[in-house]
Amino acid sequence: MPAIVVEGLERAFDEVLAVQGIDIAVDEGEIYGFLGPNGAGKTTTVRMLTTLLLPTGGRATVAGHDVTSEARAVRASIGVALQEAALDPLMTGRELIRLQATLQGLPPAAGRQRADALLERVDLVAAADRRVGGYSGGMKRRLDLAAALVHEPRVLFLDEPTTGLDPVSRKTIWEEVRALNDDGTTVFLTTQYLEEADQLADNVGIIDSGRIVAEGTPEALKAEIGDPHIQLQLAAGSVAEAERILAPIGKLLPPKDGRKVLVEVENGAADIPRVVRALDDAGIAVESLELVKPTLDDVFVEKTGYHLEEESEEGAEAAVEA
Amino acid sequence: MSSLVRNARVVRALGMRSIRQTFRRPQLIAPIIVFPTLLLAIQTGGAAAAVELPGFPPVQSFLQFMLAGAMMQSLMLAGNSGGIALAVDIEMGFTDRLFSAPIPRFAIVLGRLAGTAALGLFGALWFLAIGLIFGATIESGVPGALLAIVLVTAAAMAVGGIGAAIALRTGSASVVQGLFPLVLVVLFLSSAFFPQELMIEPAKTIAEYNPLSLVVEGIREPMISGIDAADTLYAVLAILGIVALGLVLSARALRHRLRVG
Repeated sequence: MPAIVVEGLERAFDEVLAVQGIDIAVDEGEIYGFLGPNGAGKTTTVRMLTTLLLPTGGRATVAGHDVTSEARAVRASIGVALQEAALDPLMTGRELIRLQATLQGLPPAAGRQRADALLERVDLVAAADRRVGGYSGGMKRRLDLAAALVHEPRVLFLDEPTTGLDPVSRKTIWEEVRALNDDGTTVFLTTQYLEEADQLADNVGIIDSGRIVAEGTPEALKAEIGDPHIQLQLAAGSVAEAERILAPIGKLLPPKDGRKVLVEVENGAADIPRVVRALDDAGIAVESLELVKPTLDDVFVEKTGYHLEEESEEGAEAAVEA
Repeated sequence: MSSLVRNARVVRALGMRSIRQTFRRPQLIAPIIVFPTLLLAIQTGGAAAAVELPGFPPVQSFLQFMLAGAMMQSLMLAGNSGGIALAVDIEMGFTDRLFSAPIPRFAIVLGRLAGTAALGLFGALWFLAIGLIFGATIESGVPGALLAIVLVTAAAMAVGGIGAAIALRTGSASVVQGLFPLVLVVLFLSSAFFPQELMIEPAKTIAEYNPLSLVVEGIREPMISGIDAADTLYAVLAILGIVALGLVLSARALRHRLRVG
């Protein structure tokens, strides 16, 4: 039985259609990576699947229960760790997990035992009786994850669990997600990090402007893109001129920054001499050159016309400026 | 485990969290205890001669008269603080944790109100202690004191329901906090701080129809004269009316929150 089935799911906010009739199927025991930039509809979708928001169209079932008509059964089957860990800074870590155990209906003694075990699992025993307000970002995320696991849910929703974390904390969360999945938990993971989806997900859905634009295993999606591309950093000369010269050799891709040229080539490394010669003949100096195999970013560019991480970084910068 | 026991445990746990939250955040406890205590001290210190006015009800002292007003102010602000705390929970996403748990949604509001009721109880005990320490007597003795405590606790819960409804509807702590002056205005337009008989129009008529006057008289009578069945009944009916209003508004606000996320 699929753990999550979504059919034509829609959500409108006044005139704005934030989620526009999406279809998703997630099997039991799968990690599904839901990838998209800020404002693409990821969080709105998760909020509908976790019964926090009513859909305005379509239907969805989670753990075999309809999210609208059997919301309480859905809530008993899922664990949720939402974006911006929803923690009370005035509570201690231990108080929070014990409260979560009570909310999930665990008897008091079992709740205490489970809280202790989870605090140990996420390496928060030493900080368990300190107020959450004094925790680092990584500790908060680990606590949030532990709270979501208190009732051993069948399906776990993680909404951007590593956004804003340093690489070490991010890796710790990844390891924990893998371990949970090994234990049989289905994980629905939203992320704006391509590497995260690539590393963790069995299947990836890419959402943009409320629509799913691609879906499949990371390998299959990358294979769809096909050929690798050569990434050139120019030392001197015009980027536009370089692009004009390379256009007959391969398909030009949107550059990630102003001094780089990206050209897709059929024969991989065998095409490098041809590219270098063409630029050399035109007097354009190359500072560095790299053969890049297709990534999920290439898939994203192919489907949407822009880079996801560039978009995410802009979003993060805008948030910081705000 | 029966669902009743389970829900009761949830309400208790959320109530305990609500109390801890209040005592760990000084800006929530200050309005409940500090402001009413200061106002009580200023009023009893500066206007004690008011008891000599013709028409002022017979009381042992102005402090004895003012205790019910201070309790009323404390419970109103406890309700307001409960609303602010709930709105803060919404703003920081903590209510999402509660809404995504398999518990009835009314338990979330009841948990908050249980905490508000406990703060009302604390306020009632605090002001009774202040009154007794500074020489006020409770004319109807222990039964009267117990009645006042029960009414204050119930009224705190009722007013908290209105605060919770506003918090759920707006999801904004600053909006709920903005009601603080309004709470005081409504309170001053009741008989909390001055006998209704000595007010001038239109305040007198407003106070007459203000349900808070009924609650405050129900609390005051056992202190200044004795337990009066009619006053007690009117106070209970006024509290029930506020509870009903809070329930209807909270239920509508909860539906709204689910609709808009």
